[in-house]
Amino acid sequence: MLYYLYDNTFEGFLTAVFDIYFRKENPERIVNQTTDILLFTETHTIITDEEKASRVFLGLKKKISRSALNMLYLCFLSELPDIELILLRYIQKSLASDISIETNFADDDVLELSKIHKKVSREAERMRMFVRFQKTADGLFFAAMEPLYNVLPICADFFQDRYADQAWLIYDTRRQFGLYYDLKTVEIVRFEQTPDFLRNGKIKQEQQDESETAFQDLWKDYLSSITIRERKNLKLQRQFMPKRFWKYLVEKS
Amino acid sequence: MNPQIFDKLKTLAEAAKYDVSCASSGTSRPNSEKGLGSAAGWGICHSFTEDGRCVSLLKTMLTNYCIYDCGYCANRRSNDIPRTTFSVSELVELTIEFYRRNYIEGLFLSSGIVRNADYTMERMVRVAKDLRTIHRYNGYIHLKSIPGASRELVAEAGLYADRLSCNIEMPSEQSLKLIAPDKDYQSVFRPMHYIQQGVLENKEDRKKFRHAPRFAPAGQSTQMIIGGSPDDDNKILHLANAMYQRPAMKRVYYSGYIHINQYDTRLPALITPPLVRENRLYQSDWLMRFYGFKVDEIVNEKHPNLELEIDPKLSWALRNPQFFPVDVNTADYEMILRIPGVGVKSAQLIIASRKFGRLTSENLKKIGVVMKRARYFITCNELPTFTVNEAKPEYIRRALTEPTKKKRKTNERQMKIPFEG
Ligand code: SF4
Repeated sequence: MLYYLYDNTFEGFLTAVFDIYFRKENPERIVNQTTDILLFTETHTIITDEEKASRVFLGLKKKISRSALNMLYLCFLSELPDIELILLRYIQKSLASDISIETNFADDDVLELSKIHKKVSREAERMRMFVRFQKTADGLFFAAMEPLYNVLPICADFFQDRYADQAWLIYDTRRQFGLYYDLKTVEIVRFEQTPDFLRNGKIKQEQQDESETAFQDLWKDYLSSITIRERKNLKLQRQFMPKRFWKYLVEKS
Repeated sequence: MNPQIFDKLKTLAEAAKYDVSCASSGTSRPNSEKGLGSAAGWGICHSFTEDGRCVSLLKTMLTNYCIYDCGYCANRRSNDIPRTTFSVSELVELTIEFYRRNYIEGLFLSSGIVRNADYTMERMVRVAKDLRTIHRYNGYIHLKSIPGASRELVAEAGLYADRLSCNIEMPSEQSLKLIAPDKDYQSVFRPMHYIQQGVLENKEDRKKFRHAPRFAPAGQSTQMIIGGSPDDDNKILHLANAMYQRPAMKRVYYSGYIHINQYDTRLPALITPPLVRENRLYQSDWLMRFYGFKVDEIVNEKHPNLELEIDPKLSWALRNPQFFPVDVNTADYEMILRIPGVGVKSAQLIIASRKFGRLTSENLKKIGVVMKRARYFITCNELPTFTVNEAKPEYIRRALTEPTKKKRKTNERQMKIPFEG
C-alpha cells in the first residue's frame, strides 16, 4: 500500500500529480501529512514545488477550458475525503483524451466533480449571503463564519469590491484563519490565542461601535415586520437558511 | 439616532411588505473608485423571513399617508391605521448602515401619495440621489414610480435607480377602476412608457458617448394582484405576455390577493390567499421566458385557467400527447426542454453529454432528470415503451398526482419554485 503525503495546498496536490507521472506510481491515497498512517504503509512525501505544479497546470490548460480548471480548484477546496483521487482520475483522463472530457456527464468522475463544484459554489454563495458584519468601536467591520468547505479565499474579491471603503475582517472559526482588509489589500491573518468574541462570534458591548446594537435591533424589527403571517412556513425558512448558519446570524441568535 | 426611527421602520416596512418583487438581479455595477458597494448582477438573498421569502432589499415606504383609496391596499385613505413618514436622511442612513453590515443588497422604495404625484416622486428621487452622490453608494436601488408622475421626474429617477417599476395592480382596467377609483391604466402606462423611452434613448446615447450615465440599467418591472377580481388566467398571462413584448420590461410579478379589507364588498373574502394559483402563474411565466412556450400553448379560450393539480408544463404535455415520446439522443434542445421532468439545466447537460455516447436512463437520472415524470414522455436506449401514447394521459395524470399529494403541500407554498419539470 502506497500513500502520498502532501501539505494540503493546491500546489502541493499538483506536485503530487507530477510525481505520479514522473515516478510511474499509482498511490492508494493522497493525504495530508498530518493524517495518521498505519504502520506498514509505504509513503512518499511530496515537497511542494512551484515548477512541477505549473507544468501540470500548463499541461491541463491545453486540454480543458479555464472554467474547468477553476472547477478543479473549487472541488479541491471542498476538502472532502479522497477528493484528491477523483481529481487525479479527472486529470489523467483529460491528459489522455484528445478532446476535452469536461462536458461528458456520462462519466462518473466528471459528474461527481460537477456536483461537488456545485456544492462548493453554493457554500461560497452562502458566505456572500450570510456574513454579518458588526462594527467595532475602532471602526472595523467584523464577521465570524464556519463554512463547511474552505471557501473564504474565493470570496475575497467579492468582499473587497463591495466593501472597498471600510476596513473588515472575516474569520473562519473552523479553520482558524481570517481575511483582513485594511482599505488597501486583503491579507490572511490568524489569531494566536482565540479571543473571547470568536467563541460565539459576538463582539462585546463595550468593544462595539455605539450604534451597533441599535442597527442590529432595527434589522431584527425589520425582518419581523415584513413577515407575512398568513404564509408562515418555518420549514421553508430552514431549507433556505440552514440552522448551521444561525449561530452567526444577528437575526437568529 | 432618533428613537422614533424604530416605530417608523416597523410601520413603513410593514406597509410595503405585500409588494413581492424581491429580485435585485439584472445589473452589474462594479464599485467605482473605492466607494461603497456593488450590484453583483445576480440578486443575493441575505436572509429569509419566517414565511420563507428571500430578503434581499430594504423594502420600505417613504410614507404611508395616502390621498388615494385603493381597495386592495392597507394604506388607502379610508383605512384607520397609524401613519408616519421617513425623512430623506433617516432613510439614507438606514440603507447605508444595513448595507455596510451585509444585511442587504440595496433599497426598494415605494410610497403613498401625499399632496400630489410629483411632490411625492421628488422626495423619492432625493433619497436615491443622496445615496449616489453624497455617499458614493453603488448598491442596488429600485424605485416604485408614482402613478401620474411627470416625465422629468421619471427621467431623473432613472439616472439614480437600477430599476423602476409601475404596478399595473389589476389584470384588467375594468377591475382596476372598480377597486381603485383614483387610478386608470393611463396613469400606469404613461410612466411605464417614459421609462421605456428613457432606456431606449439612453442606449443610443451610450453608443455615441461611452460615458453617458446609465438609465435604469436593470429595466422595469410590474406587478398584478390575482384572485382579487374575476379575471381568468388566460387574461392574466396574455397581459403579462404583452408586457414582456415591451423593451426593458424585465419581470412581471403575480401577487396572490390577501384579504385585508374586511368591509369592502368590491373584493372577495378569501380565507387564504390563492397560493397554488400564484405558483402556477409563476411557472407559466418561466415557461414563456425560458422554455420557449407561446402564451397560447399554456392558456387559451378553450383552456382559460391553469390546472391547480399539475404544473403547466405537464398539463401542456398531457393535452398534446402527439409530440411524445421524445428521443433524448436525437431531439433538439427546444423539444427536450418540453419534456416534463426536464429543467433547463438538465436539458443543457443532455445536449452536452450525448456527444460522447448514447445516454441511458441511468445517465439521465444522474444528470438530474426527474424520471418519475419524464419516463412517460421519452425514449432512450433501453427504456420500456410505456409512454403517454400507450398509457392514456388520464392514467399518467393520476399516477403523477396521487402519491405526491403530501409532498406538494409543503412545496407549493414557496414564492419562486426553481422550475424543474
Ligand atoms: S395609491 Fe398606492 S399607497 Fe395609495 S392607496 Fe393606492 S395602492 Fe395604496
